[in-house]
Amino acid sequence: MEMKVDLRLWKHPILEFKRGKPLSIYVNGEKIRAYIGETIAAALYASGIKVYSQSVKYGRPRGFFCGIGKCSSCLMRVDGIPHVRTCIDLVKDGMNIEYEKGRGEPPSVSEMDVEEEKIDTDLLVVGGGPAGLSAAITAASLGVDVLVVDENPKPGGQLIKQSHKFFGSKDNYAGIRGTEIAKILLRDLRKTDAKWLLNASAIGYYEGKKHLLAVVQNNRKLIEINTDKVIVATGARENMLAFPNNDLPGIYGAGGVQTLMNVYGVKPGNDALIVGAGNVGLIVGYQLIQAGVNVKMVVEAMPKIGGYLVHAAKLRRLGVPILTRHTIKAAKGKDYVKGATIARLDENWQPIESTEEDVEVDLICLAVGLTPSSELLFQAGCKQAYIPELGGLVAIHSEDLETTLDGVYVAGDVSGIEEASTAMMEGRITGANVAMELGKERAKAEKTREESFKDLEALRAGPFSERVLKGKEKVWNLWREMR
Amino acid sequence: MSSYEETGVLTPEYLKSVLPPEERMEKGPAVIIECIEKIPCDPCAYICKLGAIKKESLVDPPKVDYDKCTGCGECVAICPGLVIFVVNLKYKGDEALLMIPYEFMPTPKRGEVYEALGREGKPVGEARIIAAREMEGRTTVVTMAVKRNLVMTVRNIGRKIR
Repeated sequence: MEMKVDLRLWKHPILEFKRGKPLSIYVNGEKIRAYIGETIAAALYASGIKVYSQSVKYGRPRGFFCGIGKCSSCLMRVDGIPHVRTCIDLVKDGMNIEYEKGRGEPPSVSEMDVEEEKIDTDLLVVGGGPAGLSAAITAASLGVDVLVVDENPKPGGQLIKQSHKFFGSKDNYAGIRGTEIAKILLRDLRKTDAKWLLNASAIGYYEGKKHLLAVVQNNRKLIEINTDKVIVATGARENMLAFPNNDLPGIYGAGGVQTLMNVYGVKPGNDALIVGAGNVGLIVGYQLIQAGVNVKMVVEAMPKIGGYLVHAAKLRRLGVPILTRHTIKAAKGKDYVKGATIARLDENWQPIESTEEDVEVDLICLAVGLTPSSELLFQAGCKQAYIPELGGLVAIHSEDLETTLDGVYVAGDVSGIEEASTAMMEGRITGANVAMELGKERAKAEKTREESFKDLEALRAGPFSERVLKGKEKVWNLWREMR
Repeated sequence: MSSYEETGVLTPEYLKSVLPPEERMEKGPAVIIECIEKIPCDPCAYICKLGAIKKESLVDPPKVDYDKCTGCGECVAICPGLVIFVVNLKYKGDEALLMIPYEFMPTPKRGEVYEALGREGKPVGEARIIAAREMEGRTTVVTMAVKRNLVMTVRNIGRKIR
């Protein structure tokens, strides 16, 4: 019997969700309706299934967390393959999905329908978000042979879930929603000869005659990519926060919630608590209300709101309290989150017991910062440095965004947590640099590089960029010392 | 009293800093841009065909030339921060007109009456819908009549009353 629960949003004030034909998938033998284009995790969530596996040692319930293939929270066994990231794998008719218990048995290779391919290119761009797409468009339009790989089923990175209008300069997409900017970038990419692969994870860097990268597509196909230059634009992952029961399903990265809600149109919960009043927390709070979720409050440990006050003002006039100097002390629930205890912090950042308060929520969004997704760079041997202003460990890079490995560049959040608008500029700079290095349309490339640097400088002129600039200076100095 | 940075609620001092002179308010519709931070952003200055909104640099808060501003409201929907409003004190009797950006369902209709909400989202009175116009980018600009003494307090609508 098909389950009757349907948490899909069929109406939204801003977004339209284009779903493909309905199909059936089986979860532990039970038939569930899904739609072409949905990820497994989104389809399960829409049917009310929020627990996807259990932890190996203590058997604790595991649900979804990041929604973009960066954590291991949503792994399930799919058509016999263990540890499939259900948040980025798409449903197929008749698909058989099972809860994983323990470590999971891998199928023998002979049972699997595996493929291999070799590709040669001038430039490999890893990550098809605002930075990667901008890099690819710039390089390809200057005559560079470009291949973009992205492990998500849709290109556009995190732009595709940003349903709000962007700040920035009107010449560079300000006043336009992130979802629309993603469409513009894709349209521009299609005008070039650049190629792209989706559901394709860059799993390792090897030294070859040039740069050699291993990419796995659709869990089945191994692609060897030989390339002259590499631009790593892998973005960032969301930070966790330590508190009792923080692993319960229902506690998600705020960005993960955005993916579920704004990309796949699934209502993530009924009553929400947001932890963190930076831009991400404030924006997600507003978007939750647009999706019909009751946002009970935002708690922020700092004495002041971290995000732009205009974003805070939007939430406040919807009646959502923002409690600064407050934190989440614990989450409650057994299989799924049922509530949280919040408390005020004293001058030494300790919760004040007498101020503890229980809130009934079935959704807790953690918006406590991002960490650059640098794994591939570090495995490749790029020198790294811990720069708190940039969000943690980053590959040491020059102002031109080249790492300590010749011909390997970074762009966007992986080079330091910032904004989509600055990521696009960094992407353009690296794309132009690669074209110059490869001797393509030198004059035009030089001009693009100069203009992008100027635009980047204008975007970073405000007080909100002071911290990032401080971090960037540190990284640039380290790079100079190493050269 | 708590600051804007702690609460997310614009304080009267900050509000005063973005308001035109009283004589100008009495003359007719005027834009009020409740943007005081240095945000790298310029669509408001870009969209104003009258050249009434100026930004000294990308990050400087906008400045309004109230001799040029007609309160047309073209800029209300473009602001990514949703802090551009238009106030017309000279509407009818003791009522003033207020234009706000609105991005929720359902879209209000002319003649309906909603709770008028203040900057903390609390009901402070009633708002009678005069018009609702969906602009490019799917933000709706809602024009409402509120009591004149509330027009600088009301910044949202809540439940439909009738």
